[in-house]
Amino acid sequence: MDITTFIIAAVIKIALVVFIMLTGVAYTTWLERKLIGRIQNRWGPTRVGPFGLLQPLADGIKFILKEDLLPDYVHKGLFILAPMLALIMSLISIAVIPFGETITIAGHTTALQISGIIQAGGGISDINIGLLIILGVTSIGVYGVALAGWSSNSKYSLLGSLRASAQMISYELALGLSLVGILLLSGSLSLREIVQTQIQGSVDHPWLGFLPHWYIFPQIIGFFIYLLAAYAETNRIPFDMPEAETELVAGYHTEYSSMKFAMFFMAEYVNMFTVACLATLLFFGGWHGPQLAFLPPLLQSLLPVGYFALKVFFFIFLYIWIRGTLPRFRYDQLMAFGWKFLLPLAIANIIVTSLIVAWRA
Amino acid sequence: MVHQVLFIVFGLICVAGAINLLLQRHPINSALSLVVVMASLALIYLLLGAEFVAAIQVIVYAGAIMVLFVFVIMLLNAGEEERTRGSRVALILGVPGVIILAATVGWLLVTGSGQLGSVTIASSDFGETHAIARLLFKDFLLPFEITSVLILIAIMGAVVLGKRES
Amino acid sequence: MVPLSWYLILSAVLFCLGVFGFLLKRNIITIFMSIELMLNAVNLSFVAFANYWNTHLDKLPSGAQMVPLSGHVFVFFVMVVAAAEAAVGLAIIISVFRTRETLNVDRVNLLKL
Repeated sequence: MDITTFIIAAVIKIALVVFIMLTGVAYTTWLERKLIGRIQNRWGPTRVGPFGLLQPLADGIKFILKEDLLPDYVHKGLFILAPMLALIMSLISIAVIPFGETITIAGHTTALQISGIIQAGGGISDINIGLLIILGVTSIGVYGVALAGWSSNSKYSLLGSLRASAQMISYELALGLSLVGILLLSGSLSLREIVQTQIQGSVDHPWLGFLPHWYIFPQIIGFFIYLLAAYAETNRIPFDMPEAETELVAGYHTEYSSMKFAMFFMAEYVNMFTVACLATLLFFGGWHGPQLAFLPPLLQSLLPVGYFALKVFFFIFLYIWIRGTLPRFRYDQLMAFGWKFLLPLAIANIIVTSLIVAWRA
Repeated sequence: MVHQVLFIVFGLICVAGAINLLLQRHPINSALSLVVVMASLALIYLLLGAEFVAAIQVIVYAGAIMVLFVFVIMLLNAGEEERTRGSRVALILGVPGVIILAATVGWLLVTGSGQLGSVTIASSDFGETHAIARLLFKDFLLPFEITSVLILIAIMGAVVLGKRES
Repeated sequence: MVPLSWYLILSAVLFCLGVFGFLLKRNIITIFMSIELMLNAVNLSFVAFANYWNTHLDKLPSGAQMVPLSGHVFVFFVMVVAAAEAAVGLAIIISVFRTRETLNVDRVNLLKL
């Protein structure tokens, strides 16, 4: 594969994935309002289009047309930089996420992953530190929140961002440690390879003879730690202390309006997608699912992507469901929960997993 | 060719960030320029085939240590740096000393670069996580354990220092 | 192909800028950041030398032993030490600020004649 076709394919893939992702984000907001509405015995958006389906579009137009306020006495450069940083960092992590095996369009085969390359022998090569890249990019994303609050020069924003950065640093530890069990079992940091070991394992030796070889079964504790820590990382209910409307107005984005606010909003939802994709890839076998032999070949080649999307949708739904169900924690409860419960549990999980892996080897 | 261009670009970003760190009066601007230096250093590590080191550079340095700095700056609400006279010893002895050091090292490197040879973009298995792990947990096991004790001591020290006396 | 000396010069430049920051800045947090800059400069030369020895093992004097990857392991240790140092150092800065209410090193001079 020469360099020009590689760049053209990469640009097309990036444009397509970003388009799908942002559309997905827009419709997740619609889905969230609709579902929360039904949970609370309301209708949710109904006016704009059938079932309110054009509501995201109307929201987008509203965000663009609103006046972009720049309050007095803010630190101008950082105030503008912060939302961009948050959005860019959340979008970068999608580059390493694989969505499926390969796809052949008009005789040209390409990997279903922005950073995946088809090798000469036909295998797909992936970034071999994909998981670390996602963790690194997430940890840089903290700056967006921290700087937004500090540069706003408002006490609600500052309190919100202090809470947010403390919370994100604390839960990053539990998040990282909860994934070590998976790394011990699969022996790789490449996301594609982790999925590959799960698919291969399902063929060779399924759990208990019939369950797919997904890592959710041996790593159920790791999965729950990951899910809780990821909810705290994305600042979602029940861990949405940084924006806690009832205490802090809106936390770190109190002073933001118009498109700058929309960027924070989009960053939050893109982060939700990243968390959902990662949970799917690491714990639920990625694009693995039953093969349906009666379908036409084109649909069969798209089936794995469908399974992937279905699993991601399940996690997005879970996010919304939990938001409609649980109240907010108190700040000290949150910190104590992270440090005194999740972190020791994650370490215990690593010790038990590594003992089992060593015993079986 | 690509290697050289990328090195020059990221090297210039590094140096510009470091100079900006010195010129800025507000600590938060200095901290952010240090983050820029660290991020472009991570990219230079990737050029050298050190992918694992590049990843932990971003996670540990840019993502954890510098966030801690920014957090402390925000917490103490540190304002612009005051202009005070500064240390006379540092000005008289330190600055010329550093200039002499820099000139000597630069001269040695420029004259000796012919003997040194060059660096290539390494083959993919160099700097791989498996190889580093094998080295770290076999040959460097004792230093590794000692650093974990060091970290533990540092945690306890930070807790004791940070606690308010009642 | 980039000469090794380019990497070493970049490392030296960053190190010297770090020393300048350490000598000339008056804010204790910025001084601390200059130290981190110096550590980073040293890490760069470790990584550059690791790559260099990976392809130039024949240049070693006879009898000398060398594991090129140990450069990466050293960077790992430097980062661990830097993390420990940052935790303790920032705790010290916070307690200095609590007692003296300043971050300027020239104003923390009770023991000076």
